[in-house]
Amino acid sequence: MLNKIWFWLLLIGILSGAGKGAYYAAKGELPPNVAEAQAGADGSAPPADNLAAAEVIRASGAHLTNEALDAAEVAVKLCITLIGIMALWLGLMNIAKDAGLVDALARAMRPAMRWLFPDVPDGHPAQGSMLMNLSANALGMGNAATPFGLKAMNDLQTLNRVPDTCTNAMSMFLAINTSSVTLIPITMIGLRIGAGSTNAAGPMAGLLMATTISTATAIVAAKTLSRLPRYALPDVPSNIDADGDAARPQARADHAGVKDGED
Amino acid sequence: MNTLFQDIAPAVSQWMVPALILLIILAGFIKKVPMYESFVTGAREGFDVAVRIIPYLVAILFVVKVFMGSGVFGDLKIALGWVMTKGGLERYTPSLDLIPLALTIPLTGGGAMGVLADTLTRHGPDSFVGLSASIMMGSTETTFYVLTVYFGAVGIKKIRHTLPACLLANAAGLISAVILGWVLFGRLCPGP
Repeated sequence: MLNKIWFWLLLIGILSGAGKGAYYAAKGELPPNVAEAQAGADGSAPPADNLAAAEVIRASGAHLTNEALDAAEVAVKLCITLIGIMALWLGLMNIAKDAGLVDALARAMRPAMRWLFPDVPDGHPAQGSMLMNLSANALGMGNAATPFGLKAMNDLQTLNRVPDTCTNAMSMFLAINTSSVTLIPITMIGLRIGAGSTNAAGPMAGLLMATTISTATAIVAAKTLSRLPRYALPDVPSNIDADGDAARPQARADHAGVKDGED
Repeated sequence: MNTLFQDIAPAVSQWMVPALILLIILAGFIKKVPMYESFVTGAREGFDVAVRIIPYLVAILFVVKVFMGSGVFGDLKIALGWVMTKGGLERYTPSLDLIPLALTIPLTGGGAMGVLADTLTRHGPDSFVGLSASIMMGSTETTFYVLTVYFGAVGIKKIRHTLPACLLANAAGLISAVILGWVLFGRLCPGP
């Protein structure tokens, strides 16, 4: 499914860029998105009228090329930054774990975790790292959330019997994660104050309602969809079945014989 | 309430990280944890993961940037505005200014922050569009970025029902943000 979306986003992007280039070339002005990017880049360049058609087509092509190449650079820069942040937070988390803080948090949240992630046994490290990720998200500490989230995925993967297929716990974790359990949206409030708001916390009530609705939808959707035959877990190869069952109390007999539903 | 929040919220947010670090090292001190070694052991794990996700990051950022750079969102806004006016829903066309934000949020979180900042300066943070956009920003988060990076980090290829579940959550958040915007702040919006 990601493959298809990847293809369509690129196709739509390139074709619409080309289409708009041609349309605005006939009108003799720059497409609005290209003009905006140019104005942002050098701060000058007032959008001129009556440009030559060739110049408009060239500029819209150059715009898309820049965006594509820029992405590669940004991605690597992001990773370099992430190395340091990951090391810092995972280091601190390891101290917290050794001091028993993570276990205490996991114990307090155990009933909820059992219901959300029935396949993750009590006391498993994945419980702790998932909770750390969700707490960091809720408190608006975005750059701390990613390291904990990636560690949670690693911990969940140790419970996975089919290494290239995601488990129910992973789907539930990511669905809750993307639905954003934000209680203190620091960055958003900062942006509002920066834009001169006299009512910076005004949207808080609406925001809490909206995020509750999206998180509830995420939980219901992940639980319900995981039971559909087309998303069933594939059959587990018999050679790892023996010890795998210890970690997963629920028998998966209902999935037997159902074909893997990935498209 | 407002001045209180304006003054205190940034201060509290700046002290959240130091306070958390203090809590962790105090707990470590009480439990006699060899802190320095414990930190290094944990930190080592971070490096591998960060390097492993580079190809996934390039793949997702590349397609997102090309898609957004093409200005499709602006075109969609014009098209939908035309349809809504024809369909007698002209009263609700101000919500169309939220389209760039609504479509950016599932793609990339950082990009969405940029779009929100742009929306707030363009329409004013306390206008109908500004307030609705703020609700929308907090209602849901990026799906594609998180999915590619998190699954990439552990080498999962078959993602089963994860994408539909995440997109349903996104849609629920975005739609409720638009509706809540009208319910809570509709009075700020003059009729056509």
